[in-house]
Amino acid sequence: MSVLIILIIVSVFVAGGFLIAFLWSVKSGQMDDDYTPSVRMLFDDELKSNKAASVKK
Amino acid sequence: MQLESFQYDNKTVRNFAIATIIWGVVGMTVGLWVALQLVFPTVLNLQPYFNFGRLRPLHTNAVIFAFVGNGIFMGVYYSLQRLLKTRMYSDTLSKIHFWGWQLIIVAAAITLPLGISTAKEYAELEWPIDIAITVIWVVFGWNMFATIIKRRERHLYVAIWFYIATFVTVAVLHLVNSFELPISLFKSYSWYAGVQDALVQWWYGHNAVAFFLTTPYLGLMYYFMPKAANRPVFSYKLSIIHFWALIFLYIWAGPHHLLYTALPNWAQSIGIVFSFMLIFPSWGGMINGLLTLRGAWDKVREDVILKFMVVAVTAYGMSTFEGPMLSLKSINAVAHFTDWIIAHVHVGGLGWNGMLTFGILYWLIPRIYKTELYSKKLANVHFWLATLGILFYAIPMYWAGFQQASMWKQFTESGQLKYQFLETVTYMAPFYAMRALGGVLYLSGAIIALVNIFKTIGQGTLVANEEAEAPALEKEYTKHTGEHWHRWIERKPTPLLIMSLIVILIGGMVEIIPTFLVKSNIPTIASVKPYTPLELQGRDIYVREGCYTCHSQMIRPFRSETERYGEYSKAGEFVYDHPFQWGSKRTGPDLAREGSGNLKKSNTWHFNHLEEPSAISTGSVMPSYAFLIEHDLDTATTPLKINAMRTLGVPYDEGFAPKANAALMVQAKEIAASLKKDGIEVPANKEIIAVIAYLQRLGTDINKK
Repeated sequence: MSVLIILIIVSVFVAGGFLIAFLWSVKSGQMDDDYTPSVRMLFDDELKSNKAASVKK
Repeated sequence: MQLESFQYDNKTVRNFAIATIIWGVVGMTVGLWVALQLVFPTVLNLQPYFNFGRLRPLHTNAVIFAFVGNGIFMGVYYSLQRLLKTRMYSDTLSKIHFWGWQLIIVAAAITLPLGISTAKEYAELEWPIDIAITVIWVVFGWNMFATIIKRRERHLYVAIWFYIATFVTVAVLHLVNSFELPISLFKSYSWYAGVQDALVQWWYGHNAVAFFLTTPYLGLMYYFMPKAANRPVFSYKLSIIHFWALIFLYIWAGPHHLLYTALPNWAQSIGIVFSFMLIFPSWGGMINGLLTLRGAWDKVREDVILKFMVVAVTAYGMSTFEGPMLSLKSINAVAHFTDWIIAHVHVGGLGWNGMLTFGILYWLIPRIYKTELYSKKLANVHFWLATLGILFYAIPMYWAGFQQASMWKQFTESGQLKYQFLETVTYMAPFYAMRALGGVLYLSGAIIALVNIFKTIGQGTLVANEEAEAPALEKEYTKHTGEHWHRWIERKPTPLLIMSLIVILIGGMVEIIPTFLVKSNIPTIASVKPYTPLELQGRDIYVREGCYTCHSQMIRPFRSETERYGEYSKAGEFVYDHPFQWGSKRTGPDLAREGSGNLKKSNTWHFNHLEEPSAISTGSVMPSYAFLIEHDLDTATTPLKINAMRTLGVPYDEGFAPKANAALMVQAKEIAASLKKDGIEVPANKEIIAVIAYLQRLGTDINKK
């Protein structure tokens, strides 16, 4: 059943990767705002500003 | 603050959308076909290419990787650009991703009916296609992460977290499960054997459901449902908790597919505990989705897109309630191997994945074509056909499952099994017919959707590059997100050490795993011997024909099973099985001890039964395998196969490979001679001889003294 060990190691790595991602996201402020992202994602369909103010990239 | 203008790529989104709907109809049509094969087995099984065993993998692969797969990419490419306020990183990568994925699907559609299959469920594709999947998956990840890096929105909306988890985990699962030793372009052997192979396969199989059918679709739900309802998700906080809880629990749940098997008990228990805990994040997500519509239920009455989404999220809730319940040993003992599981997966597949996909398609296509949906009425008709289709599918299958399980387990007062297996098969006939009706309803809905979508496309014009504007990310934030995490590691020796250790371990594992596994294949039961060359060839035909789609080879330790099939299966019996063939469904009886004890039949019986199953067992739904009588056995591969098995640790003698065909012919002639005694003239070099040899070998080893 040595494969069990391998699967556990692989799973721990995956979970560990997610843990690092989680810690990073908390540290970098991803979770600081837990309300406005849900509203902001709704407003992206219409082009609001006029062309003059924008810079072509 | 200066606004930058840029363009969203809608063309790739459109391409994936069209692929989704077309492959959806194709995959569901194959599904309906295999469903009808169980109703009209002699008419609809067109041997050899379109027999049930070859088509069923085609159905599962098509709906999972072609329909849902393209649906994921459609939704990801649409939402990622808008959430991050940037175009996808590279149009070239998008193009390679799209066409590469379609080529993989075409390759699957060609190879599976040809019988080119590894026989590992939802991972049936052979090694060249596995490599292609890896490459295209990397292209997808590269494109996605590069887009994330060049984003104009600092915050990563929760949907993106789901996409990232999907990418990472599917990559790991695919790599670990596809570890195989090729012997030719179209044939390879799983590196793992028996119980180990089973564990890896179901670790993969369960997580394919988790990270291919669930997490990406949750990401889509968190984007498209608020969009369609035009209101924010009920609780953003809950969505974050949903995400982290779900991904930490999901990867441990795989062993619930192997309860009561030869898998060690503690591993089974871990699987059960984590599977049960999964109900909490799953239901948190479902509630979050449904409550997004709080105060807007009047909209649901009017808006067909929301109707699709509500049914989808409800189906998600139902199947994620059922999943943990099915993971409990006492329920699993009843449900496993029955049609109950078929009902369960279709509530998830047709309900959650299907309905959400159609909801998104109806929402997205008119938007990128700057037009209205061609017909709301047709979409409504589709909605009702699909919803009724799910009910007509699931209810008969639940009923069938309960009935099957109770008939399998019933004893008479004198302690005999009450029903022959065949009686339970014929009892299923009306349920299978009703299920097919459900399939017809659901498929007609999908065809109506196809027409509606194409009509919508016809009346609009694609905005291939949609203008958008957003301010650039402020400089310090680029530094913060781009480089910061690495600097953080660099400044701290301990995390750096851990990270480098991980990198080293990965390299080491690649080297160590193969030998490690080969060593552990030392048989634990002395009387269990490797297959003879003829049996090995027969086994490969068993694999090719997809016999595992209907026959298990795993006798669980219940009296109802040991009475019917013989001594329960032990881990040590499968040490030479590359791949394992335990199966997951008993449309036909278990074959683990087909060659021993009460189940032992004559060569002649097997010959006649394979030629025309329904002539021997009236009411059998098994297809005819008469073509095995015509096909010559490809003995040129025998030495290659023996050598490959030796590499994998199967103890054939050194120098046996060149002599293997001689041994093969001796055994084949014995079988041909015994058939001849009963008046059946068949040359010894035909495939059917090898299959008979394999079936006669099954389960015999432990009885040897």
